Amino acid sequence: MMDTSTLLALVQDGVVNGAIYALLALALVLVFAVTRTIFIPVGEIVSFAALTYAGLDNNATPKVLVLTMGLGLVAFLRGAIRARGRALLMLGLETLAVPATVTAVVMVVVPMQLGIVANAAIAIACVAPIAPLLYRIAFAPLAEASVLVLLIASVGAHLALSGLGLLVFGPEGARGEPFSDAVLEMGPIILPGQAIWVLAATLATMIGLWAFFRFTLAGAALRATAINRRGARLVGIATDQAGLRAFWLAGMIAAVSGVLIAPLTTIYYDGGFLIGLKGFVAAIVGGLVSYPLAALAAIAVGILESFAAFQASAFKEVIVFAGIIPVLLWRSLRHVSVEDEE
Amino acid sequence: MKPLYWLALAALAVLLPWLPGLPLFWVSLACQIGICAIIATGLVVLTGVAGMTSFAQASLMGIGAYATAVLSTNYGLSPWLGLPAALIASLLVALAMGAVTLRLSGHYLALGTIAWSVSLYYLYANLDILGRNDGISGIPPLSIAGWKLIDIRASAVVIGLGLLGAMITTRHLLDSRWGRAMRALRGGAVAAASVGVELGQARMLAFVYAAVLAGFSGWLFAHLQRAVNPTPFGLVAGIQYLLMAVVGGAAHLPGALLGAALVVLVNNSLQDWLPHLVGPGVNAETVVFGLALVLMLQAAPTGLWPLLARKAKPRHHDTTTTALPRKTMPALGSVALQAIGLQRRFGGLVAVADLSFTLHQGELLGLIGPNGAGKSTSFNLLSGVTQPNQGRVELAGRDMTGSTPQDMARGGIARSFQHAKLVQSLTVIENVALGTHLRGAASPVAAVLRRDRAEEARIFAEAAVQLERCGLADLADASATELALGQQRIVEIARALAAGPSVLLLDEPAAGLRHGEKQALAALLRQLRAEGMAILLVEHDMEFVMSLADRLVVMDFGTVIAEGRPQDVRNNPAVIEAYLGGVA
Amino acid sequence: MSLLDAQNISVAYRGVRAVEGVSIAVQQGEIASVIGPNGAGKTSLLAALMGLIPSEGRVMFDGRDISGLPTEARVERGLALVPESRDLFATMTVRENLMLGAYRHRSEGAAKRQAGMEEAFELFPRLRERAEQLAGTLSGGERQMLAMGRALMGRPRLLMLDEPSLGLAPLIVRDIFRTITTLQEKGVSVLLVEQNARAALALSAHASVLENGSVTLAGDSAALAADQRVTELYLGAAH
Repeated sequence: MMDTSTLLALVQDGVVNGAIYALLALALVLVFAVTRTIFIPVGEIVSFAALTYAGLDNNATPKVLVLTMGLGLVAFLRGAIRARGRALLMLGLETLAVPATVTAVVMVVVPMQLGIVANAAIAIACVAPIAPLLYRIAFAPLAEASVLVLLIASVGAHLALSGLGLLVFGPEGARGEPFSDAVLEMGPIILPGQAIWVLAATLATMIGLWAFFRFTLAGAALRATAINRRGARLVGIATDQAGLRAFWLAGMIAAVSGVLIAPLTTIYYDGGFLIGLKGFVAAIVGGLVSYPLAALAAIAVGILESFAAFQASAFKEVIVFAGIIPVLLWRSLRHVSVEDEE
Repeated sequence: MKPLYWLALAALAVLLPWLPGLPLFWVSLACQIGICAIIATGLVVLTGVAGMTSFAQASLMGIGAYATAVLSTNYGLSPWLGLPAALIASLLVALAMGAVTLRLSGHYLALGTIAWSVSLYYLYANLDILGRNDGISGIPPLSIAGWKLIDIRASAVVIGLGLLGAMITTRHLLDSRWGRAMRALRGGAVAAASVGVELGQARMLAFVYAAVLAGFSGWLFAHLQRAVNPTPFGLVAGIQYLLMAVVGGAAHLPGALLGAALVVLVNNSLQDWLPHLVGPGVNAETVVFGLALVLMLQAAPTGLWPLLARKAKPRHHDTTTTALPRKTMPALGSVALQAIGLQRRFGGLVAVADLSFTLHQGELLGLIGPNGAGKSTSFNLLSGVTQPNQGRVELAGRDMTGSTPQDMARGGIARSFQHAKLVQSLTVIENVALGTHLRGAASPVAAVLRRDRAEEARIFAEAAVQLERCGLADLADASATELALGQQRIVEIARALAAGPSVLLLDEPAAGLRHGEKQALAALLRQLRAEGMAILLVEHDMEFVMSLADRLVVMDFGTVIAEGRPQDVRNNPAVIEAYLGGVA
Repeated sequence: MSLLDAQNISVAYRGVRAVEGVSIAVQQGEIASVIGPNGAGKTSLLAALMGLIPSEGRVMFDGRDISGLPTEARVERGLALVPESRDLFATMTVRENLMLGAYRHRSEGAAKRQAGMEEAFELFPRLRERAEQLAGTLSGGERQMLAMGRALMGRPRLLMLDEPSLGLAPLIVRDIFRTITTLQEKGVSVLLVEQNARAALALSAHASVLENGSVTLAGDSAALAADQRVTELYLGAAH
């Protein structure tokens, strides 16, 4: 049996990691509920944000902006095939003007060395837009397709983005500056400042999302679209916009997660994939519909991983991922579907 | 394809690699393509035919590769012994994976295979016996009579023959009783269940078959490369194999080869000139492949093969032998089907409150009522699709309550569907032949070995007889997609008849039929009734059902409001009110 | 000028023409109905008018051509539909459902929305009792009321109702139909699609009979109610 302090340390480690998984689980559930897309590239957003944040230490303009602008251009061209008039203008604003503005602002602000929090904001601003741009390029054209087709497209997008990540960031890993060097001691529990930031941010995001859905009309509209798309259209909600908003939110949440995780561990260009996958396990436990269940499951995954790493570190991934399968089984038994495979 | 074709292709596979002047590099590429094409062929069966998406084929390839690697290096066994080992290992792993994951449907299944893929990858990378991340090297090559097949051209012969074997086996499997059952998984599963196909078995068959092909490919790979490590068996590789199937056209066998060739060749050229574009040491092919996958899904979801190839000649089946032996009908007038106090609730809503009636052999009973009266639910209760909350269903006196549709089929009930569920990838006569599933006995192994030809001939003769009865004989070789909805409903009836039932349940068969077709259908139903068939007809077309039915049962709000002869029912005030509505 | 003027509407679904060349008009301030047996194409017609499914033909609403517009835009112009499937937000409360019904008027103040909700509760007192209940837990009749209430929150010019009596007990059907007549007084025009032919004909001024996707009879509702052909349509010819 392990002693209490080891136990506590493992649990604490698990909870902090679990908080990150919870954030990603929230983003995944949101996107799925509104667009039926299983957003696998969320992992890339996480690692890109982390690497951008870490890279800001040497005062260079983040190279990821090339990617963001490039995606913006592709998204514009893709959408310009059909859009006319006002719609075309809005498209241009979102896909071209926004990344360009961000780039301009960042280029000015980076040399000013405004500190860690500013760096975090810059990293988020550079990377978060990638999510809605991906929506426009890969998923919006497939809006009527089955969940399965959207999943395959998601896998393709992940593959492409992962390769681009290698091009932009190179194969080396990086670690970011912690937000705070303080350490909180509460009896046997020793909480580093960064861990407190992670937990606080996770809580704030959860409360923020809840408030957004409960009290704002935009949030209600998003919820409605997720619950019943046709009903939403019938009350006049523009459901295509809802998809875009969901991806914006998911992008922001994922980027924030990336920035939070950067000081905790060395991140590589493809490290986000595994993190995203774990968030995804949690989302599945929540049936891709329930936020509280997903968040709880995320903490559980974090703790399981923590203990698995301690006991049998080489096989920790096997344990975590083989663990999805009984969950999927349980989930699919509850969600009784039509027999047809299409 | 005629045996001569296959022989010619085999000869090509044996001779072509030795062509003087052929660059060895091309032969090497051909080997890669061949190995990938074998896996892609498995995917055609799994994804294209049976509709199940799997990202785990690369992992299963790894099972085969590692099995033979361990046996031939650690235990010094002959590489040829590694073949059965690889096949059996991948079969067993697939059975285990399938037992857990195949109950998942749609995107859950795909997610399950992603989970398997990632887990197996980390397993390969961490087991000592598999050499961990370094893998196993020094795997001996295949040898024939002491002559080692080190020359890449010799390997190409083996791979070429292997691919040919895989394609032939697949063709045989698809063109059989179980092949039809697998095809029915995509879009016609409910209908297949109603003729007795055990869907779980059909899924497992497709899954295991694809896995065995992947394992076979792994065996070839191990003895070609002479070294294995986890990387070729990870999720990225799994995605690439799926990409090959999607690009080529997952539903078509030639698509597997086309997709494999395209992906391998593009991958190769990308590896050549991408570094010039983006710098050395960076493998950016994944970007291209990811984009390609997304693009294919948006622009050409059925793959390239259907776009390039002319529509293939429809398959024609010989129907000249004798049909299947006729099943004896139970005695005229005996009780065929009985509903006793059936009730079905959905949450707070009572869809069927108290349904009771008796249907006899040689009788045609009409079940009618306004929209929302509970007819569809009743139908589903009687055919085993839904289970009643209360009450019983008895088939010739046997309690069948709680039975599955397959049990009902075995008991002699056959049905048609309101929204026709024909299998799109089969011809009309093949759809009808699906109905004979329980009357055939050929196993998948028999199909692969072509030992099922005699039975298949009788099956198609039977299907032809039923199509003839239903007046659609000249549409036998048409694709199911070409038919009008009304005709599709008639094909469903033919399929139901092909099962040789004693009770026929028909769900709005007349909807969408023109006048002449309705008369023909009415004549058919009268004929069947005269032969002793018990028929239950749910219909909205009052003219049609009134002229045919011996008795009518009228439902409204889930209860029976009237029962009796057509003329009595028509003048019943309660019935009139139910249809025309009460004054508000 | 008619409020709604649909000309030559055709809807194709999987190779089957569900609606073929249907023309229908609703005058300002009137209740019009479409009756016909099951599968006649009534639901497809309404879905096409609402822009939920693609269709051919021209739809003029309030003098303007709305044929190519998406559903959201048609709602903006004052067209509303209560579909056969009701399409409520099952995991939201009755109140939230009603509030979202006023989405079209989201720029107006909360006071106006509150007033609108009061009106809805007056029209359907049962909903007031269930205001904080989840929509998915309501009975069939209550769901129908909520669906209508939600549509009315948008203060539409024309309300289209797809089989409002479906699956409902006769007493509730009577209440609902009474409510429909009061809508006229509020200045809402109604297009009613119904299987319950008698009630629909009693309620409406004009009616069209839809059979196998085409209009076979049309005209004054009272005249149609007495027409033998309508009876035969539902019950078959007398034997």
